Amino acid sequence: MRYLPLTGADRRDMLAAIGARSIDDLFADVPQAARLDGLLDLPLAQGELEVERALSRMAAKNVAAGSAPFFIGGGAYRHYVPAAVDHLIQRGEFLTSYTPYQPELAQGTLQSLFEFQTQVALLTGMEVANASLYDGATSCAEAVAMAHRVTRRGTAVLSGALHPHYREVCETYAQFSGLTVAALDPLPGRVEDLAARIDGDTACVVVQNPDFFGQLRDWSALGARCREAGALLVAVVNEIVSLGAVKPPGSMGADIVAGEGQSLGNALNFGGPHLGLFAAREQHVRQMPGRLAGQTVDADGRRGWVLTLSAREQHIRREKATSNICTNSGLCALAFAIHLALLGEAGMTRLARLNHATACNLADRLEAIPGVSIVNDSFFNEFTVRLPTPAAPIVDELAEFGVLGGVPLSRFYPGRDDLADLLLVAATETTTDDDIGQFAHALGEVLR
Amino acid sequence: MTGWSQALSEARGQTTSQHPEVVAETPTFTGNRGLQIEEPLLFEQDAAGRCGVDLPAPPAHKSRLGGLERQGSIGLPGLSEPQVVRHFTRLSQKNYAIDSGIYPLGSCTMKHNPRLNEKLARLAGFADLHPLQPATTIQGALELIDTLAHWLRILTGMPAVALSPAAGAHGELCGMMAIRAALTARGDPRRRILVPESAHGTNPATAATCGYAIDPVPNNPRGRVDLAALKAKLDRDVAALMLTNPNTCGLFEDEILEIADAVHAVGALFYCDGANFNAIVGRVRPADLGIDALHLNLHKTFSTPHGGGGPGSGPVAFAASLAAHAPLPWIVHGEGSRALVEHAEGPAKDSIGRLKGFHGQIGMFVRALAYMMSHGADGLRQVAEDAVLNANYLRARLAGSLSQSYPGTCMHEVLFDDHFLKDTGVTTLDFAKALIDEGFHPMTMYFPLVVHGALLIEPTETESKAALDQFADTVIALAARAKTDAAGFHAAPRFTPRRRLDETAAARKPLLRWRAASARQEAAN
Repeated sequence: MRYLPLTGADRRDMLAAIGARSIDDLFADVPQAARLDGLLDLPLAQGELEVERALSRMAAKNVAAGSAPFFIGGGAYRHYVPAAVDHLIQRGEFLTSYTPYQPELAQGTLQSLFEFQTQVALLTGMEVANASLYDGATSCAEAVAMAHRVTRRGTAVLSGALHPHYREVCETYAQFSGLTVAALDPLPGRVEDLAARIDGDTACVVVQNPDFFGQLRDWSALGARCREAGALLVAVVNEIVSLGAVKPPGSMGADIVAGEGQSLGNALNFGGPHLGLFAAREQHVRQMPGRLAGQTVDADGRRGWVLTLSAREQHIRREKATSNICTNSGLCALAFAIHLALLGEAGMTRLARLNHATACNLADRLEAIPGVSIVNDSFFNEFTVRLPTPAAPIVDELAEFGVLGGVPLSRFYPGRDDLADLLLVAATETTTDDDIGQFAHALGEVLR
Repeated sequence: MTGWSQALSEARGQTTSQHPEVVAETPTFTGNRGLQIEEPLLFEQDAAGRCGVDLPAPPAHKSRLGGLERQGSIGLPGLSEPQVVRHFTRLSQKNYAIDSGIYPLGSCTMKHNPRLNEKLARLAGFADLHPLQPATTIQGALELIDTLAHWLRILTGMPAVALSPAAGAHGELCGMMAIRAALTARGDPRRRILVPESAHGTNPATAATCGYAIDPVPNNPRGRVDLAALKAKLDRDVAALMLTNPNTCGLFEDEILEIADAVHAVGALFYCDGANFNAIVGRVRPADLGIDALHLNLHKTFSTPHGGGGPGSGPVAFAASLAAHAPLPWIVHGEGSRALVEHAEGPAKDSIGRLKGFHGQIGMFVRALAYMMSHGADGLRQVAEDAVLNANYLRARLAGSLSQSYPGTCMHEVLFDDHFLKDTGVTTLDFAKALIDEGFHPMTMYFPLVVHGALLIEPTETESKAALDQFADTVIALAARAKTDAAGFHAAPRFTPRRRLDETAAARKPLLRWRAASARQEAAN
């Protein structure tokens, strides 16, 4: 077996050194009734070539996003990742290291996390950010839990335009934590009166920008209203590239930002691993979940980095911890940091404008199709289209044409007839004019 | 030669560098020391307008941002690609990794990460696949998930597997939520979770997140759960026991069948933290131990890389009594195809709901399945045997120098306490830092909490006998050294890019991000 260095002679010598007659002696504490004598009913060991062949066969049964005109978003976005990113994250010193518990052996990971935290704080316009959580949806649920700890209040009000997976994860967590989640109805393109839902038990109001239907919202007035009422404003951003062009939640009065960072540095990966972003105001830092890298000095007075404020965390506080999270998305955070380092100010703002321009082009082309209209009056790189007929079968027919033409909202809201004709479509810098032309043509044909 | 290096040379019976103090003490003009190169922050290398990517100019368009354009600059630094590559390469060189040497962190399972798995996870058919694509375009991904679930069902002997949890602690949450849902469904809400004192910190944190009160269970003098104390605490208010097996002392809970019976006798459920499944894979099926729910860490037992802290993946295996409550999404089989059930309806009507966005850590599933297929039924059993053999070999080698907390054989890891350092003035922390100077990543320190100054050593099956011997020789030499030169230990580490870091200062006044000099000035005023 290519991954096992011990030889038969080693094993015999080592058993002798231990004073055991056989390997079974070392498993003597296992009750007799629970011991497996033979092999389980699974295939035997295989070489690299055989394993690669088998898994490549499975991969080939999928239609890779890059192999077709592609317009799907809905919380995961296909962006071009510069080649240097994947090269660097595959350096063994990053890939095969553990959580930096021994800081003297992990200054590389710790400094890159400190840089990542700074990047996230700058993009979101917030004061501090953590070293990542699992994904945007779990970040959102952690934000709700944190708002409860900060305010000691029991209700979270969720915008109806919050990503439905984020809402569902908040609802799952809340079932067990005892919080009340009050989610508004999804009304694409319409304005919600969230302020009217705030009362003395409101821990937080959770909004999203761009919202799930692609609409851009200025939450500043709501942020002010939350502040007056002693509630927190939690802002979700699940297309982080938008922050290269759009006013950040920090300048709208957000107290916590829960985000999805997959768009920078990370592949779609069929939905995971992705990258949970979490930023907040400095005054609440001791209530934040997750790991934090902090600056300090070493015994010689030189600048260095450590994991800090670990007294919030489960390995110290146990049942009183701010969260149970331990392993996070470290390598995805590194990929994000490298991609954003390559982009810099000039690249990030241009990338965002390029996304917006491409989406504007897509909107113009789709609007020109008879019976098709755009629901949003503003958007970044994703918007909702109203078709003259239910969207789900149309998407399947588009796939027959070789076009991955967006997500029907009915996938998220089954049974909602009023949303059945709506289609969520996205365009990024990877979308070509030709892709848009093929999409518009196919949609026109399918609707004919 | 200093007293420090001389004694170590004698203890090891060989010569080290003639003048190590010169290396350590002579300053360089740059602050660099050979291959150890100082590297400023990205933000300190900024030049306005410089960029590491070339993007086309956006085509002319009328903005539809609705007046929400970002005002002012973001504050991101501009670097070219060669600068970025050099920056992160230099940072990588300040890290220790399993690729560079033995990484014996107990309970963390730092084993070799096969590169085939990285290659396969990057196949376009997996990596470049969107989770919301139409079902006809993702059949291979669903087959992959199903195949992984099949392997996990056979390995655990349990009938259902939930794959969406993103890490071990997330798997714990999934398991405890399913337990609470099952108890609620049978009209039998209960308030307490029993957690052994040796448990991972995530266990009590998870149970608290699920709204339960924690009731700690003491260990017996053999490092296992005290069965009598457990039985005394078991009543009809106990929802579940959360037990790690093999436990965090590196021991198999040899009374586990009695424990399971006692838990079930009061109508409670048995949750097992499977973080240490690597010790028993292919030799013991958790189902045969009476376990109702168990999470597995694909990033431990099945070798998906730890990546400096993640991502992980924490599937949960369920007994039949809990399977109906498994989280969304589910995979169902149709005629010649598979489909996702994404809402709590139909077969999934009793699901606890969704635990994360989309469908789980597919990138980790590819790696874990490649690892399982490479090893096969035979190789996985060998993994457990070699992991246990390596740990016992270190135990035998170190028994005369360190103080083993619980005598007898161990499983995949061996626990020592700091008794061997008594009256030396050297702490567990000092001992770990001295190991760093010798070129090793230390063992886990101060965990589990049930022994004083714990040192928990897990070599894993991917270390050769020569690597184990080199590690053991060094630990033995240091243990001898600790008796005569505490000062040398207090000064360690000396050869790392940074010496001991002031963690107290970091926590007292947290500095969690870089700020421009002007902003720092403003904050100071």
